[in-house]
Formats: sequence, C-alpha cells, structure tokens
Amino acid sequence: MSEPVYRYLGARGALRRAMVGGVLAAAVLALVPAVVSPFQLLFAAEMLIQCLFALAFNLLFGITGLLSFGQAAYFGVGGYLAALALVHGWTGILGVLLLSTVGAALAGLVLGYCCVRLNEIYFAMLTLAFGQMHYAGARQWADVTGGSDGILRVPRPPLRLLGLTLPLDTGLAFYVLVATVVLLTTLFLWGVATSPFGLMLRAIREKPERAEFVGIPVHHYRLAAFVLSAACAGLAGALVVLLGHTATPEMLFWTKSAEPVIMSLLGGAKVFLGPALGVLVYAWLKEWLSSRLVDYWMLVMGLIVIGCGLFFRGGICGALAVWWSARLAQRMSYVSTRDPQPDQIVRPDDSR
Amino acid sequence: MMPADSLAAYVLNGLVQASCLFLVASGLTLIFGVLGILNFAHAALFMLAAYLAAQVSAWSGSFWVALLVAPPVLALVGAGLEWGLLRRVYDAPVAYQLLLTFGVILLIKDLIKLLWGTAWKTFSEPPVFSGTLVVLGRPYPLYNVAYIGCVLLIGLALWAFLHLTRTGKVVRAAAADRDMANAVGINVPLVYTGVCALGTALAAIMGVFHGPMMNIHLDVDQDYVVEAFAVVVIGGLGSVPGALLGALLVGMLDAFGILIIPRFQMAFIYMVMAAVLVFRPQGLFGMRETRV
Repeated sequence: MSEPVYRYLGARGALRRAMVGGVLAAAVLALVPAVVSPFQLLFAAEMLIQCLFALAFNLLFGITGLLSFGQAAYFGVGGYLAALALVHGWTGILGVLLLSTVGAALAGLVLGYCCVRLNEIYFAMLTLAFGQMHYAGARQWADVTGGSDGILRVPRPPLRLLGLTLPLDTGLAFYVLVATVVLLTTLFLWGVATSPFGLMLRAIREKPERAEFVGIPVHHYRLAAFVLSAACAGLAGALVVLLGHTATPEMLFWTKSAEPVIMSLLGGAKVFLGPALGVLVYAWLKEWLSSRLVDYWMLVMGLIVIGCGLFFRGGICGALAVWWSARLAQRMSYVSTRDPQPDQIVRPDDSR
Repeated sequence: MMPADSLAAYVLNGLVQASCLFLVASGLTLIFGVLGILNFAHAALFMLAAYLAAQVSAWSGSFWVALLVAPPVLALVGAGLEWGLLRRVYDAPVAYQLLLTFGVILLIKDLIKLLWGTAWKTFSEPPVFSGTLVVLGRPYPLYNVAYIGCVLLIGLALWAFLHLTRTGKVVRAAAADRDMANAVGINVPLVYTGVCALGTALAAIMGVFHGPMMNIHLDVDQDYVVEAFAVVVIGGLGSVPGALLGALLVGMLDAFGILIIPRFQMAFIYMVMAAVLVFRPQGLFGMRETRV
C-alpha cells in the first residue's frame, strides 16, 4: 500500500488544514443529535470514545511503528483514576479529565521508558505484560479498586465552566461534552502527526537504524509518542467511565488492548483517520450482522477480518487509496501524451 | 515454615499448573520458532480440543477414546490452518499475523457456539486414575500425579524427536535457515505444515488432559493464552527447553505466590515476564537473533 506523501505544511498550512477539518468534523458531529434517537446518541458517544482510543493507539502503531499490545493499561488507569476521584467527592469534571490524562501520561512515562528500547515482537510482549499487570492489580487490589466488581455507581457531576453550571444527565449534554473533547483531542493528535515531530516519528517507523544514524534520538522520540498516546488513551478511559458510571477490570484486560489493533488494521493504520473509520465500520458491521445472523455473526466477522489480513493489507483506507491512485493513473495516461510512457523510454542498456 | 505435607501439596499443584502450561507453551514456542508466527489462536485451538474431547467422551463414555480422537483431529485443523492461512503471512508484519489469528479465534468461537451451545461442559477422568494417592500422609488425586508424569514423558519425547531423529534435525534446519534448508532439498513448506500440526496436537493433548479438571466454557482460552505467552517469553521465544523452564517457574509462582503475596499473586507472573523482557529480552534460554 502506498502511503500518501506527508509534507511538512509549515505552521500556517497545518493550521489552515486543521481549521477546515475541524469545522467540517464539528458540523458532522453537530448533525448527529438531529438524526438519531436519544439512546443512539449514547451509542454515538461511545463510538467517539472508541475512536479516540484507537487514534491514540495509532499514534504509536501507524505513525511510530510500535505495535503496543497493552494500551488498555492506560485506558484503564485513566478510567480508574476518574472513577476514584469522582467516588471520593471530586466535582470538577474538567479536573477529573485532566487528572486521568496526566495520570495515564505518568504511567506511560514510567512503563514506556522500559518498552521503547525493544523492537517489534518484544515491544508487543512487554506492553502486554504491563497491561496484564495492571489488570491483575485492578482485580486483586480490592480495597482500592473494588476487585473484580470494579467501581460502581460513579457519579457524573455537572460541568462548571466560566461561572456556568451545565448538568450532564441528559444524553444530549453528555454527547456534546464527549464530542467536544474527542474533536479537540483528535485535532491535537493530528497536529502532532503532521508536525516536524510527527515526521520524525514516521522516519523512525520506516527505519529506526537509519533514523538513529542521522542523529534522531530514537528512544526519546518513541518515549514522547508513548506518553502522548497513553495520555489520550487515559482521557478516553475517563470518558468511558463517565458514560457507563462504572470502572471494571475488563477495561484493562488484554482483549481491550486488542480492540484498537484490530480497528486500526481494519480501517487503515497509515492514514490518520483510518482507525476511526475502522471503529465505525466494525461497529456498523457488528450491528448489521448481528441483527441479521443473530447467532453466527462472529463467524462472518471472522471471515471478514481474515480477508482483511490476507487481501486488504492497508485496511479500508489503503484499499481506497490503491483504487484511487489506479484511477488517477488511468486518467493521467489519457491526458498526458507529451510525457513518454514507461515502455517508450529507451534506456542506454537496451541499445547495446 | 510450613509442614512438609502441605509443602508437598503446593509443589504438586504447581507441577500440575506447570504441566498444563508446558503443553500449551511448547506448541506455541515451536510454531513461533519454526514458522516465526505468534499464534494468538493457539489457546482457542486448545479450547476446541477440550469441547471435542467432552463430546467424544460423552458418546463413547471413555476418556481414552477422546485422547485418541482429539489430538489427531486438531493436528489436521492445525495443518489446514497453516496451509490455508498462516503461510500467506510469513513475510507480513506481526500486526497482520495478529489480525489473521484474531479472525481465526472469532471463527472457532462461533463454530463452538454453533456445535455445542453456550452451556459449560465437563467430562471425567478415566476410572483407573480416579482414586487418590497418599503423599506424605495426605491424600492427593491420583489423576494429577499421572498428569504430571504423562507431560514429563511428552516433554522427553518432544526433546528426543527434535534432537535424536532425522526428521527433528530437518525441523531444526528449517527453523535455523529457511532458504538454506530449501536449497539443500528439504521440503520446507511441508515441514512448516507438519510443525503447525504438531504444535496444535500438543495443545489438543493439553485440552484432553486438563479437561477433567476444569469447566469448559467459551472464554476458557483467554485465561490461558496470556499465561502461555508469559511462559514462552520467560523461557525464550522459540526455545522448547525454555518453555519447560518457564512453565515450571510460572506454575510454581502460581502455587506459592498465593502463600507469599496473596494480594499480587496474579500480577507476579507478569512482573517476572516484564523483568525478563527488560533485562534479557531473548529469554532465559533463548539466544539473540536465533530461533529454536
């Protein structure tokens, strides 16, 4: 699969793109409450949070080239921190979100420091070990985490901002909060991915040895990406706890870590919004299949996932990009008659 | 210090756990060592074997028939898996191998649900081993002791196969250098298919042996797959003796961890796994950049 060429757009170009994309996305997100029922709105909020989690994961995977198999650890740390803070009487919702983000970032800093020196499969295994360690901790440190039941009945206090108090009990109000947070974080991640820093991460993904050789401190950059990814995952975890009013150990189990991996691969890990597309397509497919084939939707889903692994290596976005560039090339071949076609080029070797 | 009889019971429990983990992990590490693929569906295959064994023993009323039927059937499944799917992703990044094996897990789970439903299954041990054995004056299930003994024999047989037979030598050659093995006339794809079949059969044997000691349900694979990964990583990815050592270590940690630090017994295994990865990524028995 060919990745679209990422240019460093310059501060102004990047800002313009971010603003255009942000306004478009905000318009789409604002239309959602108008077309769906209140119950579906909560479902939409959950999808958005999943998108954020997948995008955070993909900063490590698609952009930096590190397959983390333990992102659920940071998702869960964020979730549990939020739940604990709210249960123990915190009322500032923005403070709680900040606490979760910072807490997950700190966990990412400490654990990432150990992980980033390893490559490929060893990196994946170490992140898996750390993730399971968190899971075991949440399961067994029952005095604090509530054991295998988790923390239940987490309150959702109203949002206090600029002297206003906005209750969040309705689906619509909560959806607006989630959509705003997810949109802003996604724009931030997009800024990271297209900044010079993001280009460095891509260089590291393509060939760590070469990046090291030209003087990029590979481990530092990887650690920075790890911390950012963990922070955003923690934020997503906090939002999930606010949504469901519970924090359970399943948030930290390895199957939770597998989700963003599958979604990113399904949507296309090398395109920035690919993982989000993967989340939406997976959710839609699951819904559509399970309404039709009640008992054996997993069978069909398994076949689709296998098909993706075998034939559509770039995911949906990759397949679209291939199709689009083929179409483009075809059209170009009609238009440009002045440029020599590859088979018309006479190479020096051929004349001998 | 605890009395000798309860110490013996803890050691035996640890050995049972180690035996079960060794059977899963040895197949996993063999497949990784030779094929270079981390098969996340390995534990799902063991689960399939357990269901199959429960069905066969319900039909025939005998544990032994189940033991005769399940491993060969699963070996065929494993061979089909390699032939149909895995050989297409040898050169792909780890993530795609993960995606593919995740798809296989979904397939197997739904297949099980279609065939056997969602109810828990059980089957019982053979009557010969249903008694108890007195260990240091304390009764202990005979079946568990027989289990440990059988797994020890299987481990020895596996080692002998890999190191004393010509076929084993061919397998090790294919693992060490695929292209060179191909060049000297070894049918490498056939070796790969065979190894995948063997590894899956080992998981199936575990499914049958462990079946009488557990409730077989649809999520039983999730509990074993990560512990099996821990064993494989601690011992060294691709090393069969490493898998044995790792299984012993994790089994004993499971048994004694609950005595020493009951609160963090589960986390302890992963701490060891993480420590090994941080300080000796190639594992206790693995060598850097070589497999098997």
